[in-house]
Amino acid sequence: MSAVNPRPVERGGGALVPSIEVEGLEKHFGSLVAVGGLTFSVQPGEVFAFLGPNGAGKSTSINILCTLAMPTSGKARVAGFDVVTHPGDVRRHIGLVFQEETLDDQLTAEENLRFHAVLYGLDKVQRKERIARVLELVQLTERSADLVSTFSGGMARRLEIARAMLHTPAVLFLDEPTIGLDPQTRSLVWDDVDTLRREEGVTIFLTTHYMEEAEIANRIAIIDHGLIVALDTPERLKASVGADTVDLQTNDNPAALSAIRAAGFHAEQGADKLTVFTENGESQVAHLVEIVGGGVTSVHVHRPNLDDVFLHFTGREIREQAGEAHSGMVRAWGHRR
Amino acid sequence: MRVASPKFSNELRTMAMVWQRELIRFGRNRLRIFTSLSQPLLFLFVLGYGMSSLVGATAGFDFKKFLFPGIVAMTVVSTAIFSAISIVWDREFGFLREMLVAPVRRSSLVVGKTLGGATVAALQGTIMLVFAPLIGVRLTVPLVLQVVALELVMSIAITAFGVFVASRIARIEGFQVVMQLVLFPMLFLSGALFPLEGLPGWLTVLTRVNPLTYAVAPLRQVVFAAQHVPPIAAARFSSQVTVFGHVLSIWSELGVVVVFFMVFFLLAVQGLSKRQ
Ligand SMILES: Nc1ncnc2c1ncn2[C@@H]1O[C@H](COP(=O)(O)OP(=O)(O)OP(=O)(O)O)[C@@H](O)[C@H]1O
Ligand SMILES: [Mg+2]
Repeated sequence: MSAVNPRPVERGGGALVPSIEVEGLEKHFGSLVAVGGLTFSVQPGEVFAFLGPNGAGKSTSINILCTLAMPTSGKARVAGFDVVTHPGDVRRHIGLVFQEETLDDQLTAEENLRFHAVLYGLDKVQRKERIARVLELVQLTERSADLVSTFSGGMARRLEIARAMLHTPAVLFLDEPTIGLDPQTRSLVWDDVDTLRREEGVTIFLTTHYMEEAEIANRIAIIDHGLIVALDTPERLKASVGADTVDLQTNDNPAALSAIRAAGFHAEQGADKLTVFTENGESQVAHLVEIVGGGVTSVHVHRPNLDDVFLHFTGREIREQAGEAHSGMVRAWGHRR
Repeated sequence: MRVASPKFSNELRTMAMVWQRELIRFGRNRLRIFTSLSQPLLFLFVLGYGMSSLVGATAGFDFKKFLFPGIVAMTVVSTAIFSAISIVWDREFGFLREMLVAPVRRSSLVVGKTLGGATVAALQGTIMLVFAPLIGVRLTVPLVLQVVALELVMSIAITAFGVFVASRIARIEGFQVVMQLVLFPMLFLSGALFPLEGLPGWLTVLTRVNPLTYAVAPLRQVVFAAQHVPPIAAARFSSQVTVFGHVLSIWSELGVVVVFFMVFFLLAVQGLSKRQ
């Protein structure tokens, strides 16, 4: 039964095969370069996150990895199979939660799961067992006979995660699994994901806009304009931008930014503040205020968080994007029949 | 495109599941059952009675009896096409992706979808038979069986065509345009509403190149065969299709329908197999 392969997949000789191997992956839409040459690999059991603003190429990358789109160039292997030459094998080994909802809301939760189980070749006994199990994992057992159209956004999302795990995939792709959900539901979703990782040992590839969600990943790739601008563990990413960050608010941010940069600091301008990356932030405060030459209205020194990392590598705050992403998602979810 | 699939039995189960989903959705949507019958009923009773009083009866056989099988065919065709629409809905609402990333052949999905749409269409067409006694059309068991069989053949072909159209267009609006510009002209030019003999030359040509013509005619021929239709009535309300002076047999008409089906089935599979 190929749908319930033991994981991790082994290549001849017993060496572990990376769950995802991507080399020089590119995707062009006409003259638009959506993905501009990605190279990375994800190890079995790892949680790997793509963090990037709208249009960075996250969903396009997932579409290629799940065999729905063809790469323009480059190679990608998922669960040891080439996505171009062995799409069927890839499909058997992956579970997907797309950015948009892909449930049939005129069917019940149980019917949606049954449909999936049949398409993935589970026999009757496995079907029953797994459906009961995944419903339990996401705590929707009592709602199994209800039409999905009566579900809240969060319940629908969690049902999709359950469905993606139904056939015991080796790799689970989650494209913005929590966007558009309230904080409480978001944490429920992550609880589900965590349970899956612990109990089913699946490799997880996720994309997100939310920094605190990227933190759960073992490694994060910051992706911007179709390129990976940084890739490391959350701790090392934070360490890489310097020991401290100094947030400054001034009367004239652009002018202050050029003055600070002219003095040799790495600084970026966020939505309503300047962020300076430096060692020994506290001892630099007086110096920075002097450089700006008056007009500083507030100063805040802190350890870098992922927001700062993102700003450091892309020159933009990811939060500037979040509002837009949210409305996009609301539209996608508002589409329920 | 190569989808290595281990077991054919799994493909069969996939077809059955996709088929079943169509039926579940159909059963849950009672309103759709009624709304999709309202138009044919309007045609049958308003056009049927209106035209019957205008053209009068010939040897006791009138226009509404002629019209009846045409309306049944129209019901089947439009239900089949609208079932195929659901692919566009599935695309719009994402469920299509759930199907497309599954490790199954695209052709299994198209077969399931086609059979599902066809079953629903044949059901609707068969519901229309309830009105036969009101119109004065006599039903017998063999006739009903023949009609159901023809409805299935016809609806399978039309659903495949609809799935093909749906696979090539991205948005619901696009489908509506196609329907206005393709389905309605095809229905009007199919001989569902008027006899195909003695038409002006341009209309004769248009009706003969319309594949629907060959799906509607067999249905009317079997219905007529089970009625008492006097020769003068049969001449006035002709059920036949002549091409280059030859009267086509039911089998050659069905042959056209089968070819039509095969072409669009293959195109539909191809349309769904393309990767971006
Ligand atoms: N089918 C398509 N045709 C043309 N351009 C496309 C297509 N799909 C995506 N793009 C473009 O490719 C770029 C990357 O899009 P993608 O959806 O991968 O971004 P993303 O990182 O997932 O963004 P978001 O956070 O908004 O989901 C965008 O500029 C988008 O407009
Ligand atoms: Mg996306």
